[in-house]
Amino acid sequence: MLIVRLLFKNAFRHKFRAFLTILSITIAILAFVMLRTLVGAWHVGVDASSASRLVSRNAVSIIFPLPLSYKDRIRQIDGVRLVSYGNWFGGIYIDEKHFFANFAVEARTYLELYPEYVLPPKERDIFLKDRKACAAGKKLAAKYGWKIGDMITLRGTIYPGNWDFTLRAIYHGKTNSVDEAQFFFHWDYLNETMKKAAPSRADEVGFYMIGVKTPDLSGAISEAIDENFRNSWAETLTETEKAFQQGFIAMSGAIITAIEVVSFVVIIIMLAVVANTMAMTTRERIGEYAILKTLGFGAWAIGGLIAGESVIISLCGYCCGVILSFPAAMAFKQSLGMYFPVFKVETASLLMALGSSLTVAILASVVPVQRAIAIRIADGLRRIG
Amino acid sequence: MDKQPIIVDIEHVRKSYRRGPYTIPVLEDINLGIGEGEFIALMGPSGSGKSTLLNLIAGIDRVDSGAIRVKGVDITSLSETDLAIWRAGHVGFIFQFYNLIPVLTAYENVALPLHLTHLTARERKQHVETALRVVNLGDRMAHRPHQLSGGEQQRVAIARALITDPAILVADEPTGDLDRRSAEDVLNLMARLNEESKKTIIMVTHDPRAARRAQTIRHLEKGVLTDADCQTPV
Repeated sequence: MLIVRLLFKNAFRHKFRAFLTILSITIAILAFVMLRTLVGAWHVGVDASSASRLVSRNAVSIIFPLPLSYKDRIRQIDGVRLVSYGNWFGGIYIDEKHFFANFAVEARTYLELYPEYVLPPKERDIFLKDRKACAAGKKLAAKYGWKIGDMITLRGTIYPGNWDFTLRAIYHGKTNSVDEAQFFFHWDYLNETMKKAAPSRADEVGFYMIGVKTPDLSGAISEAIDENFRNSWAETLTETEKAFQQGFIAMSGAIITAIEVVSFVVIIIMLAVVANTMAMTTRERIGEYAILKTLGFGAWAIGGLIAGESVIISLCGYCCGVILSFPAAMAFKQSLGMYFPVFKVETASLLMALGSSLTVAILASVVPVQRAIAIRIADGLRRIG
Repeated sequence: MDKQPIIVDIEHVRKSYRRGPYTIPVLEDINLGIGEGEFIALMGPSGSGKSTLLNLIAGIDRVDSGAIRVKGVDITSLSETDLAIWRAGHVGFIFQFYNLIPVLTAYENVALPLHLTHLTARERKQHVETALRVVNLGDRMAHRPHQLSGGEQQRVAIARALITDPAILVADEPTGDLDRRSAEDVLNLMARLNEESKKTIIMVTHDPRAARRAQTIRHLEKGVLTDADCQTPV
């Protein structure tokens, strides 16, 4: 116990220095956890993907449409349970700063295919009956203070003009990983308007969402769909929902890699801070370590005292950083919830931060331990007085 | 005075230090025998090698050549680990600047060497309290070094040196940083330990008054023992 007490007393002997070091580690751990959480938030769509859903899009690029007529042909393929479809609408609410994802979808099949979007039964019925109705996620509605019956106008970018909708339903997610910040409305409303305004763009679908009877059929069905439309003017590329989401993530792969690199750079900076503190501490106490050696304490004991002190300081910073990461994640989610609907500090991130803290603590003490062990007792004692 | 059996036997010990490209001889062919229960003072001018000789006897430095046998054990042939274990069991150290751990209390400083033993917590407590009472600091156990006077700190250091009941106490200028009265107290305590507990004490000092408390005084000059045994009345 005395040795443990000595460890703690040594760690906080220079209170201001210990405070600054712990503060630095706290900031580093906070940054690390937030960056890892950010990377995790990017992948949340992939995690939430269902294995029994496929997405079919134009093989050239997602920006090119597919004909509506494909719906029935896809429906006839063996193993297909349900087919829904939709378009990315890309409408703007108020101005570009108020971004949220908005889609035109075939609502009846879409809601059947995505049971994780939970609509109150009454609202769901009214939403399905009203051609100009829209549904919004709970978080989105809360952000703008929307209530059922409110008129919402989106300015079209891909589809020009002002588009008026009536909010008929507010959904919530079945699980925490469901995005509650989406906005969707009837594809028919979009299509009928386009028939009048730009007939050449009518009956075009951005993507098909296909429900399969069992996940193990996904591969065969994907191939069958693509085979069906091979050599047509709009060939399809069909993949699992997970692969589709991963494709989106791959587009921002460089950003994610940069974030990951920065998160590890933060750890290296933390290592430099702790190593500097430990080097200073050991240099100042070299005489005391000489005394301990004189009294018979061996290399392991001296090494343990220095490494232990480094671990205590690092773990203090780790704990503070972890405690702060929860309100920080909450604040981050509140301000950027539209882009990252799920921003949750994962246990894996905390464990990774813990591992990093311990590794940093040990690495930071390697050189000081070596010096303290290597110094001749007589030389160490000479530094006292 | 009757000759006691030899506890420390130094034979042809040489020691030098390297300072950059230079080799500086510190001890030249030292031969010395110290009897069990003897109180010996090593005197000499600065740089004469007396502290180096003390360090060699205490096993905190290495000889270049020669042998030092303590209680029949050639400590010059021990590995670092074995030497550390040997020091913990056989030598008590008293330094000029007390060398207490500043963040620990008097009690904790004295208890420190006992953590290398197999004593139980209760036994350790008994030993520490006894040691601190022997040095008349039973009421200052919870005080940290900076809350004690120089003399009191040195007495804590003596208690720490005694705690493992070593055969030999080595003291390097134990009164060098003390006022006359505190120095007198410390010397009295050391003399009492020598007389009552029969501890072998090897003391390095500049102070002739301190040296006079020893039974034997040896002089070192430029790394050479310059005189034969010089007995002093206790």
